Amino acid sequence: MPQLDVASYAPQLVWLAISFVILYLLMARVALPRIAGVLEERSKRREDNLARAEEHERDAAATAQAYEAALAEARSRAQAELGKAQETAKARADAELARVDATLQSRVREAEDAIAQARTAALADAAGIAAEIARLAAHKLAGLSIDEAAARSAADAATRARA
Amino acid sequence: MASPLQQFEIKTIASAHVGGVNVSFTNSSLFMLIAITAITAFLVIGVRKRAMVPGRMQSLAELSYEFIAGLVRDNVGHAGRAYFPFIFTLFMFILFCNTIGLIPYTFTVTSHIIVTFALAAIVFIGVTIIGIARHGMKWFSYFFPPGAPLYMAPLLVPIEVLSYLARPVTLSLRLFANMMAGHTMLKVFAGFVIALGLFGVAPLVILIALYMLELIVAVLQAFVFTILTCLYLHDALHLH
Repeated sequence: MPQLDVASYAPQLVWLAISFVILYLLMARVALPRIAGVLEERSKRREDNLARAEEHERDAAATAQAYEAALAEARSRAQAELGKAQETAKARADAELARVDATLQSRVREAEDAIAQARTAALADAAGIAAEIARLAAHKLAGLSIDEAAARSAADAATRARA
Repeated sequence: MASPLQQFEIKTIASAHVGGVNVSFTNSSLFMLIAITAITAFLVIGVRKRAMVPGRMQSLAELSYEFIAGLVRDNVGHAGRAYFPFIFTLFMFILFCNTIGLIPYTFTVTSHIIVTFALAAIVFIGVTIIGIARHGMKWFSYFFPPGAPLYMAPLLVPIEVLSYLARPVTLSLRLFANMMAGHTMLKVFAGFVIALGLFGVAPLVILIALYMLELIVAVLQAFVFTILTCLYLHDALHLH
């Protein structure tokens, strides 16, 4: 078994020591710092990106909030504007209504006056007509000739008595 | 047919002696250098582009880094960070020696007990020094489990000491035995393929399955060696 050849131990140990020390130095001084650098750079970059993403998210949230606020304000302003417009319109309508109402009322009064006048005129005439009818009837039926003024006063008296 | 153990022979490439010590450059030395060159190339070329989104090679380099970093973090804790380069070197060295050895006509550095024992001894001595430097005399309390009744000490302390001293032996034997047995078996079955001619298809199928198994074993044993080192280091840093 070549492994038990003690004479071969010395060169193996010497070269193992040489190679292991060289490899240790290469790893500790060159390879490992380089790999560590790459890994660190990547994790730093990733953290940076995450931080930036977070910042953007915050910005977006702030913008959304501002938008929300602006929308609410606009809505309330529109509501106020609408209310005001409604009030103005109502006031105008009321004024118009009042004006029309007044016109109508004055017309009604005029019409009532005219009716009253017509009525008084008609009533005043009614006594005359009655007197005339009575005079004519008396002339035709009884052959009596009554003068107009007498008939009139008689009719008036009769009207007053009935009233 | 060559012996299945022939593959483990140490062949001198360039003979050299320094102060009476044989420091000859052998096939074992050659494959150690190949392994450390391959590791360095794999990692340095992998992260050469420093890409934000890693490509295939960079992913592998980053993966090995993060795998061992996670292993040290989970098994040793925060205090283990200082030993991360050593544990990483240890893992990569064993992993590459194991897997390079699976390529036909190569030599498996870790199939020699002296190499695995030397690695285990570095871990054992290092961990013991770290433990004593950190805890002073309190470190010896490690050999007596907390909460055990005092009269059990004569029984427990020798057992604990023995199991502590057995660590480098088990650690090195596990890796060495796995590597040697695997390669021997591959060689034996490869011999059958040749010897049986046309009927060699049957051992060839087994050989392929064995090869896949050995690939898993190569990675797994590197991992086992590393995680045990982490656990020993944890014991030295935190006791119990």
